[in-house]
Amino acid sequence: MAGIPHDHYEPKTGIEKWLHERLPVVSLIYDTLVIPTPKNLNWMWIWGIVLAFCLVLQIVTGIVLVMHYTPHVDMAFDSVEHIMRDVNAGWALRYLHANGASLFFFAVYLHIFRGLYYGSYKSPREITWIIGMLIYLVMMATGFLGYVLPWGQMSFWGATVITGFFSAIPLVGDTIQSWLLGGPAVDNATLNRFFSLHYLLPFVLAGLVIVHIWAFHSTGNNNPTGVEVRRGSKAEAEKDTLPFWPYFVVKDLFALCVVLIAFFAFAYFQPNYLGHPDNYIEANPLVTPAHIVPEWYYLPFYAILRAFTGDVWAVQFVSFITNGIIDAKFFGVLAMFGAILVMVFTPWLDTSSVRSGRYRPSFKWWFWLLVVDFLVLTWCGSQPAEGMVPVISLIGATYWFGFFLVVLPLLGVLERPLPVPATIEEDFDAHYPPKDADASAAE
Amino acid sequence: MIKSKILAALVAFGLGTTGALAAGGGDAHVEDFAFSFEGPFGKYDPLQLQRGLKIFTEVCAACHGIRQVAFRTLSDEGGPQMAEDQMKAYAAMWDVYDAELDEDRPAKPADKFPANTGAGAPDLSLMAKARAGFHGPAGLGINQLLKGMGGAEYIASLMAGYTGKEKEEAGTTLYENTAFPGGWISMAPPLEDDLVEFDDGHANDLHHMSADVAAFLMWTAEPKLVTRKHTGFLIITFMVLLTSLMYLTNKKLWAGPKRKA
Repeated sequence: MAGIPHDHYEPKTGIEKWLHERLPVVSLIYDTLVIPTPKNLNWMWIWGIVLAFCLVLQIVTGIVLVMHYTPHVDMAFDSVEHIMRDVNAGWALRYLHANGASLFFFAVYLHIFRGLYYGSYKSPREITWIIGMLIYLVMMATGFLGYVLPWGQMSFWGATVITGFFSAIPLVGDTIQSWLLGGPAVDNATLNRFFSLHYLLPFVLAGLVIVHIWAFHSTGNNNPTGVEVRRGSKAEAEKDTLPFWPYFVVKDLFALCVVLIAFFAFAYFQPNYLGHPDNYIEANPLVTPAHIVPEWYYLPFYAILRAFTGDVWAVQFVSFITNGIIDAKFFGVLAMFGAILVMVFTPWLDTSSVRSGRYRPSFKWWFWLLVVDFLVLTWCGSQPAEGMVPVISLIGATYWFGFFLVVLPLLGVLERPLPVPATIEEDFDAHYPPKDADASAAE
Repeated sequence: MIKSKILAALVAFGLGTTGALAAGGGDAHVEDFAFSFEGPFGKYDPLQLQRGLKIFTEVCAACHGIRQVAFRTLSDEGGPQMAEDQMKAYAAMWDVYDAELDEDRPAKPADKFPANTGAGAPDLSLMAKARAGFHGPAGLGINQLLKGMGGAEYIASLMAGYTGKEKEEAGTTLYENTAFPGGWISMAPPLEDDLVEFDDGHANDLHHMSADVAAFLMWTAEPKLVTRKHTGFLIITFMVLLTSLMYLTNKKLWAGPKRKA
């Protein structure tokens, strides 16, 4: 698909031409800033800028934290307290970094659900979606690695449990786990490599983010109608779009400010609310916490992991036909990764001819049920696996897979979508009616 | 392998008296003390922190340490705010190990409280953040959002929560405590009415002293609380102002395309 036609940078003065022939960097910045953007984007399209802010915030605060942190099992915990007590504004850096991770995930979940609702994954934006899923996976890895660094009780036991997933892989599992840990158990070697990788991955993330932006700048943004920008001529495209600068830059920055008020309220007034008290106890391999709970942003997938116990018939069936190679533990691990993997295939699982959920009357219900499912699974993951929790987790996990593997393919066939506006301009004008003079001129 | 190790650790944990380390939870009763440092504008009461320090020094320090805390911070703004000479004299009462001299010497302001692991009691520097007094409802964490994490409330309730009942288990005496998860704690009741005398004659009944020592331990865990809230207030004020300007800018900018100009 050809890009949306728009003005391009023209070097005028001698020095501009000189630079442009050697390195067209000004042109790159100019074309990125003026990119035509659908003018009907709503407030759910602001999470991208929040996420970009989060990445920068985490890298900047992280780099300064590293200047004062010591990755050694005997010193890590105390070095964090040194940051909290002795380093100038060290407490602010650490609280912003820890809560910054939560904002990062909060924003990414809203960003992903927005993409699901408006069909942003559908052709021709599959690559943007898949890169996005990769970003999400790297974020999860980075967050997990970072949580281990303060070397508190949850750091240590979280690391023990999560790396334990890999030991579930038949035959090679234990070898892979020791390779990841750098020994038979979580220890100094583990802390050192986790620290190294926690520093590396954000830069991988930055690279993926550039590709993510590149991809959707090639296809153009999706928008709430799911209708493509008209590309016949520049004049036609301009009826559907506005340049990114200044319209969307200012709008996004305003939204970012609103989000940051809530973020700062958390970081400065309830900085430990999203953390676990046990992480203020130094890691102790001899004392296991009563409940080992991951950070809130992993909880839905942790609930899916725990949902598939040995007494679920599907688990027993798979165990039987694979002659026990896939046992309950391995099944749980596969389910957890599978829950993310099914999202990667969304572009091909959704068979509907209509892109935006706005014009899909049945899809809407199933979508909102998925959101509720996500929240319920989050709650399940935070609870000890007793009483009703395993049952609810199993129902929740089943719906999660059901939505992607059954509901999405079937809806495309069974659902009768509502009429879709012909153009973005039509949708925009419905919200902001042209004044009489303009209207008659348009007709 | 890991699973069996965790299981073994759990069993050892359940039987051992180190159960005192368990995170707060369950049906334990935690009283919602009204501390001066609660809420967005709450500050530490320096006099209360000084009373807490006295209780810590005369009672808790027999078994517990606060090894993360430097003596100099006792004079810090937003802390107990002890006078400089008073703090120096207090520090000199403590002996710390000096690696260069290879022997103990009286502590200087730059030193930290010595670790105290003799009785197997946990370090208390971060205890007020390592416990949550409030939970729920139904695991939703709403109470913590409304009342705070409740670490200090947990400590105060624990101090005041002894019922007087004791029992022997595996050669250890356990004491019944209404705030402790599980109900039985291996720490003997540390405080009682009139145990510590204050120079200014401040009330020294069990309830008051429990609150004082809990407030002190909140300070050892979060010494920058007052600075943090002050900074937070400035940042949010600034952000509200900036957001208002951004709102107006955005509104004016979009007035054209939205035909509202």
